[in-house]
Amino acid sequence: MDMSPTRVTAADLCLVNAIEDGLPLVPRPFEDIGRRCGMSEAEVIDGLRRLQAEGVVKRLGVIVRHHELGYRANAMVVWDVPDSQVGDLGRRFSAFDFVTLCYRRPRRLPDWPYNLFCMVHGKARDRVLEQVDHLARECGVADIPRAVLFSGRRFKQRGARYSRPEET
Amino acid sequence: MSRAAAAAEPVVLDALDRALINGLQGGFPLSDRPYAEVGERFGLSEDDVIARIGGLLDRGVLSRFGPMYHAERLGGGLALAAMKVPEGEFEAVNEAVNALDAVAHNYARDHAFNMWFVLATETPEGIDAAARDIEAATGYPVYLMPKIEEYFVGLRFEA
Repeated sequence: MDMSPTRVTAADLCLVNAIEDGLPLVPRPFEDIGRRCGMSEAEVIDGLRRLQAEGVVKRLGVIVRHHELGYRANAMVVWDVPDSQVGDLGRRFSAFDFVTLCYRRPRRLPDWPYNLFCMVHGKARDRVLEQVDHLARECGVADIPRAVLFSGRRFKQRGARYSRPEET
Repeated sequence: MSRAAAAAEPVVLDALDRALINGLQGGFPLSDRPYAEVGERFGLSEDDVIARIGGLLDRGVLSRFGPMYHAERLGGGLALAAMKVPEGEFEAVNEAVNALDAVAHNYARDHAFNMWFVLATETPEGIDAAARDIEAATGYPVYLMPKIEEYFVGLRFEA
C-alpha cells in the first residue's frame, strides 16, 4: 500500500478535523460540517469522496468496540518468518476470514524475533487457538516459531489525533 | 473506561441494531440525506437510524461513528510499540504511558512483552520523540514496531 503523504489542503484539514470525533447525528450531516468549514454541502461531499479515493480516509462508518459485541478473545499472533517468505505468507494469512489484520513489522533482536503479525478476534480462547493451528497447518508453517498473545485489560482505546487506528 | 466497557456481559442488541452495525462497518453514503438512504436499506426511518446510532454510541457498542484515517497519508506518524514491565510496576508505568497524548490504544497482553500500545503523532519524527519521552518517564525501553507492509485492512466484527 502506498504510505506516502498525500497533498492535503487547508479545506481538507478542516474536514478531517470536523469529522474526526464523529459525523453529526442530524438529517443533513454534511451541510452541518460545511457550516463549520465555510463550505457548501456539495463541496463537503465531494471533498470526502476525494479523501476516500486518495486513501486518506480508509473508510467511513461505525467503529465497533469488539469487546462489547462479545469478542473477548483477542489474540495477536506473531511469527518468525524468513524474510524471503513474509510477503507471500502475509497474503495467504489475510485470506482467512478470521484473520482481521495482518502486518509485516520489524524484528527487535535479540528480544523480539517475530516479523509477521496477525490479529484473530474470537469469542472464546479455545476456538481462537484452534483457528491459529488451522492457519499454521493450512499455510504449511506449523513448525515455524510463533507466539499467541491474548489481550488482557484495555487501558485506552482512543485519544490521539488523526490516529484512531483500528487495532494493533 | 465507559460503563458498557466495564460490564461483565456483552450488551444486548436487537436484530436491527445488528443489521446496522454489520451494514455500516463497510461504509456510509456520501449524499445529502445519508441517514434516510441507510434507512431505506434497513426499513427504518431517517429518525430511527439517527436514534439507533446515537443509542449504540451511548451504550458503548460503537467507539465512534466517523472516519478511519490513514495516518501516514495525512503526514502523521503511527507505530505499534511494546514494553516489558515487571508485574509490580505495571500499574504505575501504564499510567505514565497513558498520560501521553500520542498514545492511542493500550492493551495488556500475556507475554514477557506485556504492554502494547499505538503511538500516533502529527509528524513521523514525533514517534521517536514520544518513545524517548516514555523511556525517560518510566525507565523502561520502548520497542517500536511500525508496520512495514499491510496485508489486510478489512477489520470487521459480526454483531
